[in-house]
Amino acid sequence: MGDTLKIVVLVKHVPDAQFDRHIGPERTLDRSESILSELDEYALEAALQLTDARGGDKGGNEVIALTMGGPDAANALKKALQIGASSGVHLSDEALAGSDAWATSLALAAAIRSLGEVDLVITGMASTDGETSLVPAQLAEHLGLPQLTFASSLEVSGRTVAIQRDGEGVTETVEAELPALVSVTDQANEPRYPNFKGILAAKKKKIATLSLAEVGLDAGQVGAAGSLTAVESAKPRPPRAAGTIITDEGDAGVKLVDFLAAQKLI
Amino acid sequence: MTEANVLVVLDGVGESLKKSQLELLSAGRLLGTVSVAATAPVGEAVLAQLRENGAAAAYVPDGADLSEYLVGPTAAWLAEVVSASEAQGRPVRAVLLDNSPTGRETAARLGVRLGAGVITDVVGLEPDGTAHKSVLAGSYEDRARATSPVSILTLKANLDLGSPAAPAPGSAAVTPVAVPADALTRSARVTGRAAKVSSGRPDLTEARVVVAGGRGTDGDFGPVEELADALGGAVGASRAAADAGWVSHDLQVGQTGKTVSPQLYISAGISGAVQQKAGMQTAKVIVAVNSDPESPVFEIADFGVVGDLFEVLPQATAEIKRRRG
Repeated sequence: MGDTLKIVVLVKHVPDAQFDRHIGPERTLDRSESILSELDEYALEAALQLTDARGGDKGGNEVIALTMGGPDAANALKKALQIGASSGVHLSDEALAGSDAWATSLALAAAIRSLGEVDLVITGMASTDGETSLVPAQLAEHLGLPQLTFASSLEVSGRTVAIQRDGEGVTETVEAELPALVSVTDQANEPRYPNFKGILAAKKKKIATLSLAEVGLDAGQVGAAGSLTAVESAKPRPPRAAGTIITDEGDAGVKLVDFLAAQKLI
Repeated sequence: MTEANVLVVLDGVGESLKKSQLELLSAGRLLGTVSVAATAPVGEAVLAQLRENGAAAAYVPDGADLSEYLVGPTAAWLAEVVSASEAQGRPVRAVLLDNSPTGRETAARLGVRLGAGVITDVVGLEPDGTAHKSVLAGSYEDRARATSPVSILTLKANLDLGSPAAPAPGSAAVTPVAVPADALTRSARVTGRAAKVSSGRPDLTEARVVVAGGRGTDGDFGPVEELADALGGAVGASRAAADAGWVSHDLQVGQTGKTVSPQLYISAGISGAVQQKAGMQTAKVIVAVNSDPESPVFEIADFGVVGDLFEVLPQATAEIKRRRG
């Protein structure tokens, strides 16, 4: 292949973090009021910038948005198509419900393999619901890919991808040969919004729905059955008891220190 | 778990062990007999410290400098260490790592290699391996377990271990374990490193005290930094403050930044919208200073001051210094 890129971007339909979120009686997340995960928009933007620079879809590039989950998960794909993804893939099967990071990454890896050769897999830095940050690394391990995570910028030249990342006290440049997996932070770019043209164009784009069997997995490998971790209980943190609130009358700094001293914090 | 063998992974070991690394060792002792996998060679002083803290073995990488690569080769090497430990009659039942991004990703890849369940964001641990895990940005707490024969846990700093037993000294000797060559071929390589200017303050993620500033600072973090220094704490910031360019994004606490669990979190000029509260929920004590009495942050503050942070913080800083004489 020449200078074209085939990129898979992971997108996820997650509860809106602007509101309080809840865990239901089945110890899974209440997914009403869900949106395309904010952090995935940076991943999608990164993919679109790379392909735009190479002539976009017309130049032979592809940005495939991939999600897994129930019927509602398709909403994340629709949004991704409106923003500019070339096509969508929805891995959907009832057996997937309750998958932990292990089972999720196994299923996503199988779905990506079913798409043929891919140059790049791009993800957000974490989902804003599970927040484990495990899936990108586990996906990379399942697919045997180098991972370049927490990129604050990335570029592809020839068959090499290079990123910048901020570590504790250090900024690193990291390189790998394609194919590779990259996760981007919210510093990587300014995500674009879908415009009218994009919304119209999205109606003509395809969303392929894949079953577990179509990606070569059976029900026992995913969901609660295939997971390697189990949540035994989930409870809201006890609400923090309302503390003492004072209005500054010129001595609040001293009262604050009194409080710290009483709590043995100084 | 009855005296399981626990592998504690120590990354970035310097001249001596950090508090967070000693905490990982304590956590390991809670679960069983501790061996250590250090991702770089360790000096005599550290080896002595490991023995004092009960380590029965210390594995180091042989044949490659893991710090030149991101995550993949370290995970591959750790899988070799687990095999080596088993060959020496110490089958590993749990692997403990720190909860940094690197720790979590190493855990993730090792989990795939070992077929082991991974639990991140662990804030408390029971002797039978049950983990207490903070989820939804600290608004929920789960009790979770790995159902696989080996469990991998990444532990947050300042975690709750109940009252751990004092260590019986171990007799760890250094055992080099080869880094598998094929793990290096398809890996991401670090080609450049630039050190940032050091603040001299403790790391945000492991600090006992965090003083965080938000929009209300109007870009002047002076009072926040001075109070942090008086308390020996780290400086944090809301996303708004980081996005405004007032401080580096490294200092960002919250939904898309770092979650911290210090003993004391002082929030100054941060309104406390849901995503901002996220970063501070697991702090033991929260103090808030904000000029707006309607700020949601006051709903979760143990002690709140409705006032001007430019008045309150310097007065508190001066008072702390005065009391210390």
